[in-house]
Amino acid sequence: MNRRDYLLRKLGFSLVTVLVVVIINFILFRVLPGDPVRAVIGRNVRISPEIQQALRVQFGLDKPVFPDQFIDTLGQWLQGNLGVSWSQRQPVKDILFSKLGNTLLLIGLGQILSIILGVALGLLAGWKRKTAIDVGALTFSLVAWATPTFWLGIILLAAGSAWLGLPTGGIVSPANVSKPLYTVIPDLARHLILPTLTLTILYLGEYMLIMRSSILEVLSEDYILTAKAKGMSHWQVLMRHALKNAMLPIVTLIALNLGFTVSGAIYIETVFSYDGLGNLFQDALTKQDYPLLQGAFLLLAISVILANMFADILYTYLDPRVKAN
Amino acid sequence: MRRNLLEFWRTFSRNKLGLLGGFLVLTAILAAVFAPALTPHQPTDVMRGANGRGLTFSPPSVHGPLGTDDAGRDIWTELIYGARVSLTVGFTAGFIAMFVGSLFGITAGYFGGWIDNLLMRVTDVLLVIPDLPLMLVLVATLRQMNLHVSPLLIIILVIGLLYWTSTARLIRSQVLTIKERQFVSRARAIGAGHGHIIRKHVLPQIMPLIVANTVLTISTAILVESGLAFLGLGDPTKPSWGTMLNFAFDRNAVTNGAWWFYLPPGLAIVWVSLGCILLGNVLEEMLNPRLTTHHLEGDENMIAIPAPGAK
Repeated sequence: MNRRDYLLRKLGFSLVTVLVVVIINFILFRVLPGDPVRAVIGRNVRISPEIQQALRVQFGLDKPVFPDQFIDTLGQWLQGNLGVSWSQRQPVKDILFSKLGNTLLLIGLGQILSIILGVALGLLAGWKRKTAIDVGALTFSLVAWATPTFWLGIILLAAGSAWLGLPTGGIVSPANVSKPLYTVIPDLARHLILPTLTLTILYLGEYMLIMRSSILEVLSEDYILTAKAKGMSHWQVLMRHALKNAMLPIVTLIALNLGFTVSGAIYIETVFSYDGLGNLFQDALTKQDYPLLQGAFLLLAISVILANMFADILYTYLDPRVKAN
Repeated sequence: MRRNLLEFWRTFSRNKLGLLGGFLVLTAILAAVFAPALTPHQPTDVMRGANGRGLTFSPPSVHGPLGTDDAGRDIWTELIYGARVSLTVGFTAGFIAMFVGSLFGITAGYFGGWIDNLLMRVTDVLLVIPDLPLMLVLVATLRQMNLHVSPLLIIILVIGLLYWTSTARLIRSQVLTIKERQFVSRARAIGAGHGHIIRKHVLPQIMPLIVANTVLTISTAILVESGLAFLGLGDPTKPSWGTMLNFAFDRNAVTNGAWWFYLPPGLAIVWVSLGCILLGNVLEEMLNPRLTTHHLEGDENMIAIPAPGAK
């Protein structure tokens, strides 16, 4: 199979997955008790039954659910029309986009830090297998794996605010809320320390574990023995032969991890009252704001699916074996 | 079979991490089972001081080894009764996931062809949808539907029916190699049916792997349940460790400095899930023959070993 076929297959798979998400979203939205017309008019009960009926006709809710309503809804979603939030009385799309940047900032920082540290420590641990470094790294990653994200957040929040005087929540101090973010960078940074630290600690462990087992697998290959037999030092073997090959699983992991990262963002933003998509999701959940909840789910799921697709495409350029296969 | 088990135990009992994992899991189970014997109170009892008032946010003292919460309830009592909920959800959801995962993995691996293709694509789709948002939307919707089922059952089913994908892939790849072995083709040659081959030849081979993987899945299920409960989706009448943390966080245990309120439930979660992870990893390592060769271990200088008879 050549690269074009491979890419086309990946694209097709991603489209199918998006379709599955859309169908799940549609079904969940329709099985809810109560009338979907409320999603359009909000919780305003004073609207007379006649007008409600007129709205139903206008929005096609008198037609059969499948296929008419499904196709209608799909068309609306394709145009980016995700309905109106019940709790905030604003278009869901606008609310989502106002929070997206903050979440990307948090996730991006956490991911970059944990990848760099995780790869370095995993390499070291795998190379020096069964030494104190390896045992320490393993212990750390196992404990991090077993620790609930939100609980680590709570502990860091308690410790950081009590001993280091770091802010307990929000993205900037109340005085700076209305200013553009780039004008209050020092304040923003202080607010980012604890949530970023929580994310980094949690994801570091996994990158380290994968890097360690990946490097161990590479080090059992014959070409490593050959390189060593040529008289190269351990360090040279690691840098020239092992690292590049061992990094491949990390690329896949970054993409696969995006799903977990989204989960992490929901927990961490809740604990630190960080004004992003995760906090919004939790907020929509407690307020039972279904249009907002569904919109947020759609956005998060589709972003993760697309990111995975790009990672697959990237993989074909990094690993020549995929091309040959 | 018995000899194998004995040998297995001998290898396992030499592994300190595995023993530690077993100890952590076992103590938690015992605490959950014997909860009434470990505390004189009920989880809903309010502790009262000499003046008859409820002791709220009281630090560890004679009134309770772990202090009291915002309503004056004994945290130690809540903790061991919470173990019942957390462990029940974790184990049940873990077993459901194992069952579904094994079913998918064996069917896909054994029958191959379009069945394999279909099942693995379903697995891939599930793997790529972010799990927490999906679960939150599912649980929230299901609870809103007035199905008259316990909120805990909803959580168990949602976790169990979503976290089987890694099990399915692992088992599929194992079944693929077993299927090619001679004893399977010989069994087929003498006319054994699919059901017979799967039960008598495939299952016994992959059972240890399934067990190891289930232990790992249970830890995931316990962690996931705690997260859902923390986000407010637990059953308030049957508080798990996650529900306790939800209460602690919502009722400002952090700003009140009530560390005895938010530390123990989290430590309990780490205790059990670490136990399961250690146990599962040790079991998996014992059963996975890879990862044994390491060409950069030991000396930098290579010593050529003369081939036999090449003096």
